[in-house]
Amino acid sequence: MHIIESGNVAAATGVKLSRAQVIAAYPITPQTPLTEKLSEFVESGELAAEYIPVESEHSAMAVCIAASSAGARAFTATSANGLLYMVEQLHWAVGARLPVVMCVANRGIGAPWTVWNDQQDTISQRDVGWIQLYCNDHQQIIDSVIKAFKLAQTVSIPVMVCYDGYLLSHTYMPFEQPEQGKVDAFLPAFAPKHFLDPENPGNFNTVTLPDVRLDVDGNMAPGYIEIRHNLQEDLRAALLTYENIDREFEKEFGRGGNPFIEEYKCADAEFVAVCIGSLSYQLRDVVDMMREDQVKIGVMGVQIYRPFPDEAIIRALAGKRCVIVFEKALSYGNQGALYADIKSALYSSERKPRIHNYILGLGGREIKTQHLVDALAKSCASPDTFGDSPRWIGLKLQE
Amino acid sequence: MRKDIIEIRWHGRGGQGAITAAKIVANAAFVSGYKGVVMAPTFGTERRGAPVFTSLKISKVKIYDLSPITTPDMVIVLDHTLLEEVNVVAGLKENGLVVLNSPRPLAAYSFPGMRVAVSDVTLYAVEAGLPPGIVNSGIIGAFAKATGLVDIDVLVQAIEKEFVGKKPEKNAKAARLVFDNTAIGG
Repeated sequence: MHIIESGNVAAATGVKLSRAQVIAAYPITPQTPLTEKLSEFVESGELAAEYIPVESEHSAMAVCIAASSAGARAFTATSANGLLYMVEQLHWAVGARLPVVMCVANRGIGAPWTVWNDQQDTISQRDVGWIQLYCNDHQQIIDSVIKAFKLAQTVSIPVMVCYDGYLLSHTYMPFEQPEQGKVDAFLPAFAPKHFLDPENPGNFNTVTLPDVRLDVDGNMAPGYIEIRHNLQEDLRAALLTYENIDREFEKEFGRGGNPFIEEYKCADAEFVAVCIGSLSYQLRDVVDMMREDQVKIGVMGVQIYRPFPDEAIIRALAGKRCVIVFEKALSYGNQGALYADIKSALYSSERKPRIHNYILGLGGREIKTQHLVDALAKSCASPDTFGDSPRWIGLKLQE
Repeated sequence: MRKDIIEIRWHGRGGQGAITAAKIVANAAFVSGYKGVVMAPTFGTERRGAPVFTSLKISKVKIYDLSPITTPDMVIVLDHTLLEEVNVVAGLKENGLVVLNSPRPLAAYSFPGMRVAVSDVTLYAVEAGLPPGIVNSGIIGAFAKATGLVDIDVLVQAIEKEFVGKKPEKNAKAARLVFDNTAIGG
């Protein structure tokens, strides 16, 4: 059944359908309505979960880690400075290989204080080891939450489901709610091999020595570096796992098929705009306008940022004349992070496109369609003379 | 810019229920065949009593641009006193429509080059049995009468669904009373 609701409610409904068992969260704009909705679901008995209000985001993630260690399906959500306040626990959750799922309603980071959208919060967490999925509309939010729980418990790696604050979190649009019975069939209960069990005591995440050593059972146990190596290998392998999960989801629910990238009019395009999140949908209108003027242009949304879908990106972009990367985040002191990653992926390609980088929309600055048209027209007219530094869109600097 | 999108801007005061009204119309439009529906409130600065606006875009096909409306086809004003504080017709397209809740008659209003619809929604809502000041269900009747975009019966069903447990019959009655008592001119 279709309903018209906000992106936060789409996320909460996905969490409910996934039968999360422990929810711990601290409210922060623009995530707040998501956690309010979940507490309503728990209060009304629609969701049989323990809702644990906490005094901070650090504690929220600590509770999720504890719950997940005990074998419960755990969920939290946050934004911006809240995400940064839990960073130490983010590392812990992934190092301990706990399949926590977290929604992040993307918001700019203070100082100066802002509550509006950009993506600096999650992009700056790209090296933590969590899987990062990004959504372009409410259907992708509810579907991604369900897929995220399955992916997380299949690969024992936590997953962030990210969506643009306000633009998606507070905007209402129609989306289809999957049926509970189908979700139950798609997403089996979380049944970890190892969990905190009073009947079977054990030590988790104790001090790990630099070298390998025998464990209590006399088996050779990995050292720190092996454990970290395995995380990297498992993250890379998670791409294939996610592709399979997406395919299974598509078979069951009739939606999906673009787990890594979502392309629009890219097949014959000479120019491809690339970005993460809802902006890639706004760019579809721009592409349509420019196509009317015979510009061969398309747009590609990146749907999973970590692990980085480099092979899909090379397949999509090698041989294009110019790739234009729009970003609502920056690796300060260098370039847009996505831009740098795409450039790196294409380095080994023999058919390298030109690549341009635009920074825009920070702290919720409105992204006007005309600004996008102007930037793309400039890039398409002179693809060879852009340089390697990002350019900024919509700046109003005092001369 | 896409020409298939009908842009409707809702002006109200924080707490007055403009978002709920726009959401009801969004639901009714969707079940009437408008598969593209996007409703975006003012982001981040809502305060009770302060002027707020909500953007509602509807189209027969999916809408990709989530940015706020700047050139509406119509504006719906839940409170006539807003006219003194906000330029509600800012960006309104030529021959656009202003739907207004006001106790004053249609003749009291003149928006050059635009159409106007007026109803005393506050009065009819009380007549329908709602507490004074509840106007977000009633205004939908004026919207239906003035635009003809969505059938009043479909809208009333959407009102009853939205107000489950919150006087659905009285809210529905308010919309029907206003529908029958909306003056259109200009």
